[in-house]
Amino acid sequence: MSEHRREPYGTDTEPHDDTADAYDDHAEPYEGTADPYDDRFEPYDDRCEPYVDDHEKAGEHHEHTATESHPSDGPDGMPLVLEHHVLKSLLGAWALAACGPAEAEAVEEHLGGCGPCADEALRLREAVGLLQRSETLDLDPGLRARVLESCLERRPPRIPVPEWAAAYDTETARLDALLQDFGASEWHAPVRLRWYEADEATTRRTTVAGVIAHLMTVDGLVAVALGLDDPLGDVTAARPTPWDRTEAYWRAAPSPPTRSVRTPWREQSHNLVRTVSFTGGGTGRMAVSYGDYDLPLHDAMLDRAFECWVHAEDIAEAVDYPYEPPTGRHLHRIVDLAARMLPAVLEHRRLNGLASPVERHLVAAGEPGRSLRLEIEGSGGGEWLIPLDSPAAKGSAEHEVAHVALDGAEFCRLAAGHVPPLEAAVGQVGDREAIKDVLFAAASMSRM
Amino acid sequence: MAHRDVPPRWDRKMQQRLARGEAAALGELYDRFASLVHGLAHRVVGDEHAADALTRDVFAHVWEHPDAYDPRREPLRTWLATLTSRLAVQRLRTTGTAALARGGPGTTEDLERTVRHASVAARADYIVQSMPAPLRAALELAYFQRRDYHQTAVDLGVTDDEARRRLRLGLQLLATAHDTEAPGAPPRIGGAA
Repeated sequence: MSEHRREPYGTDTEPHDDTADAYDDHAEPYEGTADPYDDRFEPYDDRCEPYVDDHEKAGEHHEHTATESHPSDGPDGMPLVLEHHVLKSLLGAWALAACGPAEAEAVEEHLGGCGPCADEALRLREAVGLLQRSETLDLDPGLRARVLESCLERRPPRIPVPEWAAAYDTETARLDALLQDFGASEWHAPVRLRWYEADEATTRRTTVAGVIAHLMTVDGLVAVALGLDDPLGDVTAARPTPWDRTEAYWRAAPSPPTRSVRTPWREQSHNLVRTVSFTGGGTGRMAVSYGDYDLPLHDAMLDRAFECWVHAEDIAEAVDYPYEPPTGRHLHRIVDLAARMLPAVLEHRRLNGLASPVERHLVAAGEPGRSLRLEIEGSGGGEWLIPLDSPAAKGSAEHEVAHVALDGAEFCRLAAGHVPPLEAAVGQVGDREAIKDVLFAAASMSRM
Repeated sequence: MAHRDVPPRWDRKMQQRLARGEAAALGELYDRFASLVHGLAHRVVGDEHAADALTRDVFAHVWEHPDAYDPRREPLRTWLATLTSRLAVQRLRTTGTAALARGGPGTTEDLERTVRHASVAARADYIVQSMPAPLRAALELAYFQRRDYHQTAVDLGVTDDEARRRLRLGLQLLATAHDTEAPGAPPRIGGAA
């Protein structure tokens, strides 16, 4: 082979090591970290490969196709005349029917006379037949629990995930799966966060990425309590409350949050599950500060599971995807947390003149008091007796003054501030004031 | 580019955590690889229910035998993909053989052909999933979105030459799926036939 024939291959090959490095920048941030093996093929090194050799050996014969031509547009009616290396570089595009008609014709013409190119062309055409739309068939979200359960039965874990952290583990995984196929338009889709403040419906606009940033900064309260890194980093919030932390994070970001927030959010949530697994049973009582109040670690993890689900629903609604409530077992724990918090919330509201004053029954601590029976229907349901007059009183069936019944997911939406208290689908019997107090108290537990 | 002799830290840590019996590690493993495993399984067995069952089998195998994976030999992703293909092809053959024994339609040759096609399809899927992202993006535009190579180049912000090169290289990688090994062998890399 004459030296000048090598020239085009040389220049063709040379820049590729650089471009190979540059590819990392193109990778989506999440894919980049999720898939550290993108580079394992190292295909750029041996790219010019057997086809070149075959061709050289075959002693090809296209010195005559010498014109330096720009492929896409041949003059009307005139067959394109292309160099061999150009024709060869077109084989992939040709196999995919992704070149212009004149080029396709030139390639086909060439294949008649060039064995190596004809072989490669055939091979690439066959490869096209193997392309299948990567099945975005969404994994059944329930499969995770079934697979993990089956594994853990076969080999019981030495370090299990605590029961009270299971809902958080599941809900974060479900939300992450929802985010899986989101493109830029979904990440920037507007989301309206809704909650109740001073008994008024309140909203705040953000984006899908903004919601994930919000979840991450509030999950950060648990991270901080466990001694993990604070996702706020150097940013300081006016007060360590969920609201102030979120606002501080949103404000400090140079531009609106992007999909790049997914990785740190997910890493933190994995880290939380892992860390609480090691802390063992006793530390479930450890306090997590929310700024204005504390929750024991196990309740904080349930609270975060609840928030994760509620905001996942906000996101799903914003991008018009379906989203299911948590499984009965987890829903039950979340409802239980809300039911346990209600008496203290009622007390707080009473002190602020937002709930009816205690008229008749002042109750000593630990004694049974006037109670509302909260009946949660459906999967994850159950019954709770909510003491109405003091958080210290015991719920009592004998002193039941009212009975409300509603679906578990509906109750959670009420507690999330997504349903106006008086419009919640509630079956009710008994003291109307007491019922109204409890419904408003439930809605008042909501926050951004 | 990562050196092949150094197992990626994530893989090594994961293997240690699984061996230690950390349930949280199993969850993380699932979160990272379930869609790969399920997708590969589905491509082979062509049935949602069977793919679910295979996904369960693959993760159960890893959880029960964490030492079967050696991070110094290959990336965890590769190992899992290989394991999935092997179990999926096995399942396809077992259920097919059972169906034949019950007097189902077709011959042993038909079954072998089905199994062979399924293995090639699984390798192809794996190759597409693991090829460098820029190559996958070029194929995606040219094949699924029917862009010609010039439009593909514009969309990717590269030269026409580069777009042609990526399409050709992507297909060369994909073509190696046809280079048959024992069914379920890891996909072979490189352009050579």
